[in-house]
Formats: sequence, C-alpha cells, structure tokens
Amino acid sequence: MAKRIEVSDLNIYYGSFRAVEGVNVSIEPRSITALIGPSGCGKSTFLRTLNRMHEVIPGARVEGKVVMDGQDLYGPDTDPVTVRRQIGMVFQRPNPFPTMSIYENVAAGLRLNSVRMSKSDLDDLVERSLKGANLWEEVKDRLDRPGSGLSGGQQQRLCIARAIAVEPDVLLMDEPCSALDPISTLAIEDLMTELKERFTIVIVTHNMQQAARVSEQTGFFNLNGVGQPGRLIEFNPTEKIFSNPDQKATEDYISGRFG
Amino acid sequence: MSVQTPTPAPTTGASAVSRPQQQHDRSLPRWVPLAVFAAGVAVAALLSALTGFNVVLFVVYAVVLGTVAVYVVSRVTEGRRRATDRLVTSVVTAAFGIAMVPLVALVWEVVGRGIERFDGEFFNSSLQGIIGEGGGAYHALMGTVIITALTTLLSVPIGLLAAIYLVEYARGRLKRAITFFVDVMTGIPSIVAGLFAYALFVLIFGPGIRLGIMGAIALSVLMIPVVVRSAEEVLKLVPNELREASYALGVPKWRTITKVVIPTAIAGIGTGVTLAIARVIGETAPLLITVGITNATNFDPFDGRMATLPVYAYYQLTQPGVPPEFAIDRAWTAALLLIILVMGLNVVARLISRFFAPKTGR
Repeated sequence: MAKRIEVSDLNIYYGSFRAVEGVNVSIEPRSITALIGPSGCGKSTFLRTLNRMHEVIPGARVEGKVVMDGQDLYGPDTDPVTVRRQIGMVFQRPNPFPTMSIYENVAAGLRLNSVRMSKSDLDDLVERSLKGANLWEEVKDRLDRPGSGLSGGQQQRLCIARAIAVEPDVLLMDEPCSALDPISTLAIEDLMTELKERFTIVIVTHNMQQAARVSEQTGFFNLNGVGQPGRLIEFNPTEKIFSNPDQKATEDYISGRFG
Repeated sequence: MSVQTPTPAPTTGASAVSRPQQQHDRSLPRWVPLAVFAAGVAVAALLSALTGFNVVLFVVYAVVLGTVAVYVVSRVTEGRRRATDRLVTSVVTAAFGIAMVPLVALVWEVVGRGIERFDGEFFNSSLQGIIGEGGGAYHALMGTVIITALTTLLSVPIGLLAAIYLVEYARGRLKRAITFFVDVMTGIPSIVAGLFAYALFVLIFGPGIRLGIMGAIALSVLMIPVVVRSAEEVLKLVPNELREASYALGVPKWRTITKVVIPTAIAGIGTGVTLAIARVIGETAPLLITVGITNATNFDPFDGRMATLPVYAYYQLTQPGVPPEFAIDRAWTAALLLIILVMGLNVVARLISRFFAPKTGR
C-alpha cells in the first residue's frame, strides 16, 4: 500500500551542526518525487530521515514531524526498525550481500527477520520480486549463484527486488543510477515508472534530465554557503519546476547558471 | 639498426652536474652479471683458501666481492642508473638470504635430530616407568591438545564479543582506552600471564597448586588480545553499506551483526583464531609455572599436573637423567612435533580463508 508522507518544520542535526532546516513538504502516494540540488545541500540527509536511516550515524537527530498516513514516524513509541520495514531504501552503490546467492538476497528481508514461510511461498515471493524488478528473465537459471557476480545494473535491480520483497509502503532511492551506464539507467527508470503504481517513491538524483523524465513532483534543495544549513527552496510539480519555477535560484540551478 | 655510440666513461666533478644525463641504451646480456659475480666468488674462494678456510668468512667475501664486481662492471659499461639498480638488487637479495639462514638452519636441525624418535612408540606411550631408552610424549601431546582446546574455548567467545563491541558499539574515550589496553596486552610477556594465573589460583587453593585449567587461563590472557585485534581488523573491513542495506530492510542491529556482518567476515575471523592458536600452542613459561610436568597421562585439566609438549621438551633437555642422549632425542622430537603442529595450523588458516571467503561468482 502506497502511503502519503507529511513533513512539517523538519530540522536535521549532526551533533550541534544543523544540516537541514525548515522542511515542509507533502509527498504524494503512487507517484515519484524527485529531490535535486547541489552536493552537500542535505537532500540525501533529508531522504534518510524519512526512514530514520540517518540515526545510524552517531549524533544525528531531528526536530519536527514526519507523519505517514497518520503515523508519527518520530513518535515516542515508534521503533525505527518498524519504520524501516515500512519504508524501503535503495542506495547509491549496489550492495547485495556478498555471502548470499541471488535467491537469498531477495529473500534476505524475510530471512534476516526470521519470518517463517513455506518454501513454495518464498519461491513465489522471490519470483514476484525479481519480476517486479525486471530481473527475473536474466537470472532465473542461476538463482543459486552469488549476487556479486551480476553486472552493476543487474546488482542495482537485485537490490530493488530485495527492497520490494518486504512489501514496503514507500521506496526511497538515493542516487540509484549514479554508478550505472545509460542503458542500465534507462532500465531502472522504466522500472520506477512501473513501481509507482504500487509504491510511493522518493528519489534523490544529480541528473536533472532524470528528474524531469520520471517524477511528478520535484523538490529543489540549496544552501546559502558552506557551513550553512540546507533548505528546501521550492517544491512544485516537475513540469512547473522545469518550465516556470517560482524561485530565481531554482531557475539558475536548472539552467546551469548556478553560483 | 641503432647506431652504437661509444660510451663515455662516467665523468665526475662540476662539469657533470650541468650536463644532461648521458643516455645509455646498452645493457649487458643476462649471463654477464652472473659471470662477473661468479668471478667475484672465485676470488673470494682464493682469498679464503689463503687465509684458512672458513664457511662464514667465505660467504661474506663472496657476497661482498661479487656485488662490488658486478657494480663496477655495470658502472663502466651500462652507466650509473643501471649499476645502482644492480647494486640494490644484490643488497636486497643478500638481505633475503640472511633472513632465510636461521629459518632454514632451524628447520634443518630440528628435522634432522627430531626424526630419529619420530616413531610409533613416541606417539603411543608416556614416560611412566621409563628410564633411559624408549618412552614417548603421548601424555604431553594430549596435554597440549586439551589445554589448547580449553584456551580456545575460553578466548574465542570473549575475544570475538569484545571485537564486536569495539567495532559495532563502543565509541569515544572508552573505545580508545580499550583498544589501547588490548594493544598493551598483546605485548605482555608470557611469564607475566603465567604468574597472574598462578597468583589467582594460589589465592583460592593455596600455594603449590598445579592444574591444567590454570594453564588454559594463563594462555587465554595471551590469546584473547590476539583474537580481539585480528577479529577487530576483519570486522572493520566489512563495508558499512552492507550494514545499511540490512538496516534498511528493517533488520535489528543484533541480527545484522549475527547474520550479515559475521558471515561476511567469517573467513578472516577463522584465520585470525587459527593463527592465535598457533601463537599460544608453543608457549612454555606460563605452563611451566601453572601446569608443571608429569610422566603419566592425565586427561583431567581440573585435577593435578599435566604434561605439555613445550614443557616436556624443556625438562627432557634440562633434566635428561643418565644416560642423557635418549631424553635429549625425545626433546628434539617434541620440538619437531610442535613445529609440525604450528605449520599445520597455518595451513588450516590458509584453507579457511580460501574456502569461507565470499564468493565473487565470476
């Protein structure tokens, strides 16, 4: 089930350093939301706060509210582990588990959480997830081979299959194509447009064409200078951002007249 | 065909500084430096024959004269850069040779003298009722196996968990303090570990106590830091991305550690543990104090003295009885057996790292 995420007055800190400030945004279900902006502006940091992955870094904390369909993700009785089961993530570099086969990688979300499931159900789930990630035809004859033997693009799709196998509500993607060639990138982009029927997708990208191609909504992050916190400058439908943005800074960034 | 330019002799002095480096495209055929070196060796042989033959002196003369001869010939014909290259090659090779001398000599000597008693009786009988000829080290071998196994049983869980704590949980001052003390412990003299275990048991059981378990505890003091260090290094090598991938699937931290981090590092951990065992299996001093020696076979580490191979070798050599040669032969065989055990453990370590390493699938 795709869910809506409402973010209000979100400040993100690393220790005493305020990395991102004052984010207010509503992320629509069953759509792709792209986050663009220069390096170091806090868009990846913001993405990671959506499933509390930033807490892995010591000293990281947030102020403000992130609510997913009425559930406060930073509520006092919300377990970050539960949040991450509902909000999956795909990383910049493909990271299949090296000790596991392709099959085990896809099943990892269940196996690692010791979910009991019959062999045939698990087989079905693996097949469904790999088909969902457009990888089934390429790997169906070698499911027991190590995942690290696949090409970079295949590994990234394997990671997407692994993420969707646990049936999350939201899928976060942190520059999923930056380590891939154009053909693999195209495969992943096609996959995203298929997946948005079932999930809410948020993608961080450095590639503005990619944001324009795949997303419905685009958010532009920027920062005033080094050491200053990053801010969400503009959040609008993608068409508007790329044709007639509200803010001068957005226009400058998109047209390459930045800085 | 390149035109052969006559090679000018290397010039020295102020004029050479300002001139561009002379190009030498002439290099000696492979056999020439060898022949020159052989000539140097021949001169060395002559020299040592004149001064009275001595193996060590001959080798020193040969290496020095051979190296100098090759350098001079190369300098004259090939130029300075190649000559320096040949000189450094000779020095490095000589250093390697020197490093190999004790190793080869040791193995040669131990195998040569130990092989004599490397027989069935040595492995099948203890020293009970043996005076002079015969007898074996069955009791000592069993003692070493039992005490080393106990040590491993004590050290690996503690060491591994400590390493996991250091890598996955600890931070800041506490982490630095623990790491520092683990490093100090790695260098602790083994006799200190033995005295520590002895003092500990004397507090409980009174003076004169000798038990196999005391030895295991003394050896654990030496083994735990080695296990911690090696496991820590390997756990650090597990990419953070794998931990993040696991967290992002909603896997709790402890499951991430047991099911992702440790399986990824298991080859390195196994290798480290095996090498740590090899490190303590030949320890003598702590066992001398804590376990003592006995002539009979004792399988119970909680009851009385046990024999171990290093202590057995020590006593056979220092208190051989009359006539001494049989006991001294047994000491050499015990030494050989220890070397074989350590070598075997090293081979096992290599096999572990080969078979348990994550497969790349290519």
